[in-house]
Amino acid sequence: MTQKVAITAQNVVKAFGQGAAAVRALDDVSVDIATGEFFTLLGPSGCGKTTLLRLIAGFEMPTAGKILIDGADVTEMPPNRRPVNTVFQSYALFPHLTVAENIGFGLKMQGRPKAEVAATTTEMLALVKLDAMADRKISQLSGGQQQRVALARALAPRPKVLLLDEPLSALDLKLRKKMQVELKRLQTETGITFVFVTHDQEEALTMSDRIAVMSAGKIQQIGAPREIYTRPVNRFVASFVGETNFLPVTATPQGARLSTGDVIAAEGEGSVLIVRPEQLRLGPAGVGAGLAAKVTGVVYFGTDIHVNLSLADGTALTARVPSPVDGGADFATGQDVAVTFQPGAARLIRE
Amino acid sequence: MAERSFEVSRLPGFATVAIAVFVLLYLPILTLVVFSFNSGPSIAVWQGWSLHWYTDAWNNEAVKGATIRSLIIATAASAVATSVATMAALGTTRRAAFGGQTFIYVVINQPLMVPEIVTAVALLILFGVVKQATGYQGLGYLILAHAAFCTPFAYLPIRARLEGMDLSLETAACDLYANPWQTFRHVTLPLLAPGIAAGAMLAFVISLDDVVITEFVKSGGQDTLPTYMLGQMRRAITPEVNAISTALLGLTVVLLTLFFILTRKKN
Ligand SMILES: Nc1ncnc2c1ncn2[C@@H]1O[C@H](COP(=O)(O)OP(=O)(O)OP(=O)(O)O)[C@@H](O)[C@H]1O
Ligand SMILES: [Mg+2]
Repeated sequence: MTQKVAITAQNVVKAFGQGAAAVRALDDVSVDIATGEFFTLLGPSGCGKTTLLRLIAGFEMPTAGKILIDGADVTEMPPNRRPVNTVFQSYALFPHLTVAENIGFGLKMQGRPKAEVAATTTEMLALVKLDAMADRKISQLSGGQQQRVALARALAPRPKVLLLDEPLSALDLKLRKKMQVELKRLQTETGITFVFVTHDQEEALTMSDRIAVMSAGKIQQIGAPREIYTRPVNRFVASFVGETNFLPVTATPQGARLSTGDVIAAEGEGSVLIVRPEQLRLGPAGVGAGLAAKVTGVVYFGTDIHVNLSLADGTALTARVPSPVDGGADFATGQDVAVTFQPGAARLIRE
Repeated sequence: MAERSFEVSRLPGFATVAIAVFVLLYLPILTLVVFSFNSGPSIAVWQGWSLHWYTDAWNNEAVKGATIRSLIIATAASAVATSVATMAALGTTRRAAFGGQTFIYVVINQPLMVPEIVTAVALLILFGVVKQATGYQGLGYLILAHAAFCTPFAYLPIRARLEGMDLSLETAACDLYANPWQTFRHVTLPLLAPGIAAGAMLAFVISLDDVVITEFVKSGGQDTLPTYMLGQMRRAITPEVNAISTALLGLTVVLLTLFFILTRKKN
């Protein structure tokens, strides 16, 4: 089955500045975002997330490449004619208008009848639970309330696609968690395609249908959260999304040979073996299989314990094991242990 | 450490100088105001309270004419200057920096830098040619001349306001289906309004006050209040001039107070 595509970026390049001083904010980016999808752009600061959003919204023109919305080429179309709305990182709410006027702004500009503007505004106020605040000025709202006005304002004209640029980054942790749930609920209820920008990998993993991991103007990998986490394609993705142990290996017919000489069966191909800390098992030294390792440190995290290990040749490794029920220590620094990998946990990746 | 930052108020004699400056600034104005209420015909010898110089001025047809002319010119000139200044400010802040921006800045602010007398002579010559060619003798010349030198005064507060305004609001409007005109009408203009009003007020006051350029450009019978007063000074000076000055001062104080309220930073 082929899903309908809401947004397509075709070989998009965006360079700022001229000649040698030019910055390539986006470097040959291609992506298809499906209709109704919660799609997340994840990457470190400066990797080009905002730039890609601005190109989709129409605030910037690509240096090369095309942007399509619902299959139509909109590369040259001004932002006010694109069926796309943005929730800005700074909210950009109109300070001279009330909450209700802010929410109704888009519909009013579209020239919708007054009654429709009023009805939709009321509906949106209810959707974001701000009914009581309709006539307030923006300056009289808290950060979380402003965030919801920004959301309602962008949703009111029922855009085909909603672009959200780190909309939660200004909120405190608790409110942030709450808004994550709200956002997900709104997306499911409205069925609108969401393109969500964040540099928080946990936020990306919990909310998205699919994630594009970006770095230095390029998309490194696109996939569902589980796919990104379990099968990262390169070192950047593996280290940016979650924690990972990296072990240099050489490929042999039997499997991947570690620097210690041990051979491990691993899927994928490349010269680096990755394994997530929670997929390591620690057993008593000398009993059965496993890599010989020495505990170099133990860090208590509440839900689990991070055990820092050193293999025979000095390679460092971290294991994450469940906390003992009584809170006591399972491992002591200097202890010898045998490290085994969960079946299928080890993967080979390219550098 | 005993070292402190430099504080000018700690210099010896600071208080004396400060008081002297205040006296110098405000004593003449105070004298002017007081003698406008003098019952006698002298501006130096006090002869008791009276309001008759005000009623004299009010009933003086020449004063009335000059006042009306001053107000017409100031209103028209500040309207033109404010419109031009608004467009100039939008053009110089609401877009990417472009080559020649400094040049445009200098052109707009030229009246602040070129000696007024030079502008006055230049306008006199130019308008002389135009008068010859068209035969038009009206107030248009004065309005144009005033608009020209009022523009930088209107431009500065508008530009300051625009620079403090977040460009992302206009971006948001555009994102919400507003075309460029709607964006200007519904977002830029309402947010800019205090700056525009402040600019207009400053331009109005500057126009109202002008002597040099008006003196050169006006045709016969086109006296404004300041040039009328200047004319009076050449003959006998009576407290009537004081009365007119005091009224003008009152109007200026009101307008400038409004200006400061409008440009006050909210925090
Ligand atoms: N208008 C501009 N002029 C010049 N360079 C720009 C401009 N906008 C963005 N850049 C550059 O493009 C690169 C990508 O910027 P972008 O804002 O897209 O990053 P981002 O991924 O959104 O980062 P953050 O997480 O910090 O918001 C950066 O190196 C930035 O300096
Ligand atoms: Mg950004």
